[in-house]
Amino acid sequence: MGNINEIFDLGRKTLDDVERRLDMSRRDFLQFCATLAATMGLPAGAEAAVAKAVESAKRPSVIWLHFQECTGCSESLLRAEHPTLEKLILDVISLDYHETLMAAAGRQAEDARKAAMKANKGKYILVVEGAIPTKQNGIFCKIGGQTAMDLVKECAADAAAVIAVGSCASWGGMPSTISPLADSSPTGSSGVAQVLGKPVVTIPGCPPNPYNFLATAVHFLTFGKLPELDDKGRPKFAYGRLIHENCERRAHFDAGRFAMEFGDDGHRKGYCLYKLGCKGPETYANCSAIGFGDVGENNWPVGCGHPCIGCSEQGVGFQKPIHQVAKLLNVYPPQQYPRIVEEQGKGASFISAAAVAAIAGAAAGAAVMMTRNLGLSHAAEEAERAKSAAKPEQDKTGA
Amino acid sequence: MANHQHAAPAPVGGSLLNPATLVCGVLVAIMLAVLVVRFFFGLGAVTNINDGYPWGIWVVFDVVIGSAFACGGFSVAMLVYIFNRGEYHPLVRPALLGSLFGYTLAGAGVLFDLGRWWNFWHIFAPGYINPTSVMFEVAACISLYILVMWVEFSPTFLEKMGKHDTKKKLNKVLFFFIALGTLLPMMHQSSLGTLLVVMGVQIHPLWATPLEPLLYLLTAITMGYAVVLFESCVASTAYRRKIEMQLLTPLSKVMLGFLAAYLVVRIGDVVVRGAIVRAFAVSLEALMFWLETACFVAPLFLIGTEAKRRDPARLFLSGILLMLGGALLRVNGFLIGYETGDGFNYFPALPELMVTVGIFALEVLGYIIITRRFPVLPREAASH
Repeated sequence: MGNINEIFDLGRKTLDDVERRLDMSRRDFLQFCATLAATMGLPAGAEAAVAKAVESAKRPSVIWLHFQECTGCSESLLRAEHPTLEKLILDVISLDYHETLMAAAGRQAEDARKAAMKANKGKYILVVEGAIPTKQNGIFCKIGGQTAMDLVKECAADAAAVIAVGSCASWGGMPSTISPLADSSPTGSSGVAQVLGKPVVTIPGCPPNPYNFLATAVHFLTFGKLPELDDKGRPKFAYGRLIHENCERRAHFDAGRFAMEFGDDGHRKGYCLYKLGCKGPETYANCSAIGFGDVGENNWPVGCGHPCIGCSEQGVGFQKPIHQVAKLLNVYPPQQYPRIVEEQGKGASFISAAAVAAIAGAAAGAAVMMTRNLGLSHAAEEAERAKSAAKPEQDKTGA
Repeated sequence: MANHQHAAPAPVGGSLLNPATLVCGVLVAIMLAVLVVRFFFGLGAVTNINDGYPWGIWVVFDVVIGSAFACGGFSVAMLVYIFNRGEYHPLVRPALLGSLFGYTLAGAGVLFDLGRWWNFWHIFAPGYINPTSVMFEVAACISLYILVMWVEFSPTFLEKMGKHDTKKKLNKVLFFFIALGTLLPMMHQSSLGTLLVVMGVQIHPLWATPLEPLLYLLTAITMGYAVVLFESCVASTAYRRKIEMQLLTPLSKVMLGFLAAYLVVRIGDVVVRGAIVRAFAVSLEALMFWLETACFVAPLFLIGTEAKRRDPARLFLSGILLMLGGALLRVNGFLIGYETGDGFNYFPALPELMVTVGIFALEVLGYIIITRRFPVLPREAASH
C-alpha cells in the first residue's frame, strides 16, 4: 500500500480549484465521484479517475433539446435533494443550450446553439428530452421556425454522442401512446433513434433516476466512450436487471403475500403489489436498487405503496393499463408456498400431562420405597452393631 | 496414580433377562418407534417445539441435564487423580460408565433434535465452524469428551477381551486422557450456562446472570457426586451388595463443600443483583425458584453431621434432591424462566416424552448389561 495521497493525488492543485469552482468541500466532491462510480458498477479506484475527469477545467459542451415533453427529466436533475447536484450539472458540463435554464431568449438563444455547435464540432454531447412528432412533416413541434425533426437531425450530425433522456425521447413515451381505436398516435410521436435511423443511448424512465443520466455522462467524460449498452441503447449498469429482481418487497412475492386492494391489511403491511398490477416483473430498471431524490430508500413508487407502472419499458409504460397484472419475464411464483403461519405451540394435553405426572409419581414412589428400605436396613445394622458392641468396630476407611 | 489396595473390579454376572431389563427394553423400543416417525416426518410430527421454543425437553433434559447427570465420572476422576484421593478409586469405573452413557446419549440426543441433522458435521468442518460461538464450544467439547471417555473406559473392555499388553501400553498414556477428561467437562458444562447468558433478557431475572457459567459448573460437579451416591445405593440394592459406606460418607462431605460454595454464589448473586424480589412475586417462576433452592438447601440438613452421613437412606435422598435441584436449575433457566414473546407456548408432547424416557431407559439398560458382563464394580469382599 502506497501513500494514499500519491494514489489519488489528493494534494493536487486542481482539487483546490474544483473546491472553489463548485463551492463544495473536497470531501463532498470525492464522495459524489465515488457515488457515480458505484452507480456504474465500476471497480474500486475508478472514483479517482472520475474525480480527475470531473475536476478538469475543460468542460464538455452540452446541447439539450426539448420537444414533446413535460421537462420532468430536467426537473428531476435540478430538484434532486443532493445539495450540489445542480451545481455539478451546470459546472461539470458546459450547458450551452437548454431552453428551460438558459437566460437567453429568441434569436439570441438559437445563435448560442449554432455558435456552440460550430466551436465544438464533433465534440459536443447532444441530449434530447421529449418525443419527436413525425406526422405531417413534424409540424406539431417547432422551435425558431425549425421542426423538431429538422433540429434533432441538424444537431446530431456533428455530435460526439447522442443521449435520449426520458421515455419520450427513448421511444416516444407517453405522447406515442396509441388509443385502441386508432392505429397511430395523433402526432406520430417517435424516439430519437427512429428519427435519426441509428441507435442512440437511451435513459428511459418518467423521469429516469438522475444518477443514471449523470453516470452515463460522466462515464463518457472519464473514459471518452459510452458505457456498455443493451439492444435498446440502455446502459447495462442501470437497466440490466428487472425491478422485480432487487425489489424490497420481493420476499413477499416469493412467500405468496400480496396486497389485494389499496388500503387492505396486506397493503398496510407492505406486501407485494404484483396483484395490484405492479410491472416490476417486466420492467428493466434500477429503481429498486438506487433510491430517488437522495432522501434514502423507499422513495420510489413501490416503496410508497403504489405498483410500478413500467414507465421505463416500451410497450409496458403508458401502454398497459396500470392495474393489469404484469407478465412474468424470468421470475415465476414457486410451485408451493412455504407455511407462513407461525406455530406458537400448544399447552399441555391431557395425555402428556398425565404422562409427566405418571413418570414423576413412579420416580417419587420408587425413591420413597428405596429410601425406606435403606433406612430400615441401616437401622437394623445399627441395632446389630449396638448388640455386638463388645466386638471392635470395623475400620471404615480400610477394607 | 492410585496405589491403594482395592478389590479388583469384576463382572457381577447373572441373567440379563429380568423385569428391569425387560421394562427398559420396551421403553427403548417405543423410543425407536418414535424416532422412526421423527426422521421420516420431521420434528413437528412428534414434538411440540416451535419457533418460540426451538429447544424442548430433548435438548434441556437429554443434553443439558443428561450431561450434568453424567458428570459423576468427571467429579470422581477429578477427586482421585487431581486431588490424589486414591481411596475413592473403586468408584471411578462405575461413575465413568454412567458418564459414558450419559454423554454418548446426550450427543445422540442433539442429533435427534437437529432439524437438518444431516448437516451435523458442519460444526466440525473447518470451513463451516464459527470459533466464537458458544454452541461451537459446547458441541466440540462434548464430542471430544465422548471420545476421551471411551478411551478412559477402554481398559474395562481390554481386560474382558484379555488384551493385557494393549492395556499396559494404554496405561502409560492414560494420564493424558484423564487430564483432558477433567478439563473438557469443566469447559462445556460452564458453556452450557453461557448459553443462558447469550439469551440475555429472554431469561427470567432469577436465572439471568453473568455468573451462570460458574453456577452450571458448580452444580455439575455437585450433581456428579450426587449421581455417584444415587448409583451406588441403587446398584447395591439391585445387586444385593453391601453399600460402600466407607467411601460414600466422606465423599458426601466433599459434595457438601461444593454445594455450600454453590449456595453462597447463587444466593449472593440473586441478592446482589436485586433479583431476589422477583422470588416473592406470585408466579410460577418464583414457585420453581423456591422449589429449586429447597432441593439444594435440604441436603445441608439431611446429611449435615457425620452421624447422619453414615445413614445410606439420607445419602440416597440427598443425592436425589441434588440431582433434582440441578435439573430444576436447568429446566427453570431454559424452559420455565424463558420468555420468548406473546403467544408462544410449550409443553412436551407424549411421543417427545417417550424419547426422553427411552434415552434414560437405555442408560439403565446399558449400565445393567455392562456391569453384569464387564469388570466395572469392585469384587464383593468375601469377608464380613
